[in-house]
Formats: sequence, structure tokens, C-alpha cells
Amino acid sequence: MNNLFVIFFSMALVNNMILAKFLGLCPFFGVSKKTKSAVSMGLAVLLVMLVASAVTWPIYYYILVPYGVEVMKTVIFILVIASLVQIIEMAIKRTNLTLYNALGIYLPLITTNCAVLGITFINVDQTYTFLESVFAAAGAGSGFLLVLLIMSGIRERLELSDTPIAFKGTPIAFITAMLLGLSFLAFQGMV
Amino acid sequence: MSSFGKNLVRGIVRSNPTFVLLLGLCPTLAVSTSLDNAIGMTAAFVFVLLASNILISLVHNYVPDKVRIPVFIVIIATLVSIVDLMMQGFVPALSKSLGIYIPLIVVNCIILGRAEAFASKNGVLDSIADALGIGMGFGVAILLISFIRQLLGTGKLDLFGHHLFTIPGFSENPVSILMLPMGAFLVIGMLLALFKWMGVTKNE
Repeated sequence: MNNLFVIFFSMALVNNMILAKFLGLCPFFGVSKKTKSAVSMGLAVLLVMLVASAVTWPIYYYILVPYGVEVMKTVIFILVIASLVQIIEMAIKRTNLTLYNALGIYLPLITTNCAVLGITFINVDQTYTFLESVFAAAGAGSGFLLVLLIMSGIRERLELSDTPIAFKGTPIAFITAMLLGLSFLAFQGMV
Repeated sequence: MSSFGKNLVRGIVRSNPTFVLLLGLCPTLAVSTSLDNAIGMTAAFVFVLLASNILISLVHNYVPDKVRIPVFIVIIATLVSIVDLMMQGFVPALSKSLGIYIPLIVVNCIILGRAEAFASKNGVLDSIADALGIGMGFGVAILLISFIRQLLGTGKLDLFGHHLFTIPGFSENPVSILMLPMGAFLVIGMLLALFKWMGVTKNE
């Protein structure tokens, strides 16, 4: 049990998907302008990560490994994730049209969000058990949500502040990400 | 200029995937700690992009519109698996240091983006030009970032085990933050600001 929480916190804070592993940067810079869309995007990623990890684990260990075709994992995993995203997209469209409109083009792009595929590869690389995989996904998703939320808060303030013209927009966002990453370094000694 | 040349040049400057479109940043920032990694990543990336653009421009007329994205993804994933296995076989050290970023080429927004926006609407020759142009744009960006990070982060320049040169008096106290993950954000932020200041890229 203790081990599971170590995995959760190390994925969320120490090995943060965005700041330490550079995964999921497109949505990180794309949807972090407004807090509201940042939260919905973060939640969507968390959800997809959890489901994707839970689904890919049995596929890998009960189908790919017994038949010795681990090399197919890239193809299989991306197909599983693509169909999951499609299902989730349809569900959101039916239940909450405002949310659907807010996420716009970024919802189908979760398929090409490297953080989601990344976590399934990390689970395999680290030879996590099923429960560990799910906790790793929960940690990675929460870390993603947390950083996206912090970043969107900072960027809303940045809009009002007087940044040099050359730095307006994305350049200052990258500098902010660097400072955020530096502060997350402090978690390094935690786990 | 012929359409081949136009498509080629467009990818390098006006719609440079990294500096202008801000796509596919994950590998660009993650593996840009050394020139070796940058070159390996560029080679893998250009191969996948070129092959996927060629294949998709050949098959797009036979693929029903509704299932085109899954078909494109399967084509790209297969190509990425090929590259992954080849790199594990022929350059194991490089493959190890690039780690999961090689299989993750599959979800690189640039490749699927080009497949969807260009190769699925154009002929083979134009698609090759587009892939080469975008690939070179990506290569220029990742090489530039890794050059700056390696030079200032370690104070010296190495290429595939060959020592090129050392900055005297600097290599003892390099800017080691540039070798940390955060360094990549700093370098690309500064470069983007520089390009904007020089007027190479326009304000959005």
C-alpha cells in the first residue's frame, strides 16, 4: 500500500509529466490561457489516462506477452487510446455541449497527447503491476491537472501585466514554465 | 518557383513546426540535451514523416473519409515500430538515450497534422517536398536548441564521441541549469522572443 502512494506522488510531483518529462506540451501551451478550459482539459486527460492504463495493462500482459509480440505495443496502444478518446468525446458531446465547445479542437487531440501514450509505455517499462499502473496513471494525471491549473492562473495574470513586446504570448509562457519547473525541483528529495 | 520548391521552403521558415506552429514540442525539448540525441531524433523523425506522407498520399483515395484518422494512425504507428526496432538493433546506445521518445513519435502532432492537412489532399511529389521541408524545419529547430544547451550547459561540444572544442575557462563553471529539463524551456522561450524581436515570426 505504501508503495502505491510513493508511485502516485513521484508521478505527480517529482517526475511530473509536463515539467520533468516534457509530455503533453501541446495542450499545456494550447489550453492554459483560461482556468476553466485548463481544468476541463486536465480532467479529460486524467480520465483518459486512468482508463487507458487500466485497459492496456491486461492487453499487454495477457495478449501481447504470451504470443511474444511485444513489438506491436506501439500500434495496439495507440489504437486503444484512439478509440477510448472517441467514446469519451461522444459521451461529452451528448451530456455537456458547453464543455464540448470549450475544448474545441483539443479533445480529438488527446489522442495525439503524448502524456497519455507516454504513461502506458512508462507502465510497461517499469513493469508495474495492474494496481501500480492505475496509481501511476492517477498520479501522472493529477500532476498534469495541477500544473495546467497553476499555469493557467499565472497566464491569466500575465495577460494584464506589462511584458516586453518580444516576450508577449508564447515566449513568456515558456519562461514561466521554466520557473515553475524550478520550483517543482524542490519536490525531488521527497520520494 | 516550382510547387516542389515552394512546399520545401515553406516548412523550414514560414511554417516551421517548432518555432512558428509550436507543434511536436515534446521530443524537441526532451532530447535536446546533446547534439547526438538531436541528430538521432531528427533522423528517426524525418524517416517516419517522409514515409508516412508518401504512403498516405498514395492510399488516401481508397480510404473512406470517416475512418481516415485511424488508418493514418496505424500507418504511422507501424512506421514508428520499424524505426524503433532498427534503432535498437543498429544504434543501441542512441536508442537507449532517446528512450520512450522514439515510440512517442507516433503521437507527434506534426506527423498526423501533415498527414491530415497535406498528404491526404495532395499528390506524392508535393507530399515528399512537404515532408522534407517540415522535417528540415524540425531538424533545424532541435539542432539549434541542443547546440545552445550543450555548448552553454557543459561548456564544450562533443559529437558522437569526438571532442570538437572547449570554451576556455567556461567548462569548469558551465550554466548547468540548461542541462536540466527547465533549461529547454528557457532556451526555447528566449529563441522565440529573439525571433519575434527580429521580426522573423509575426505576433499572433
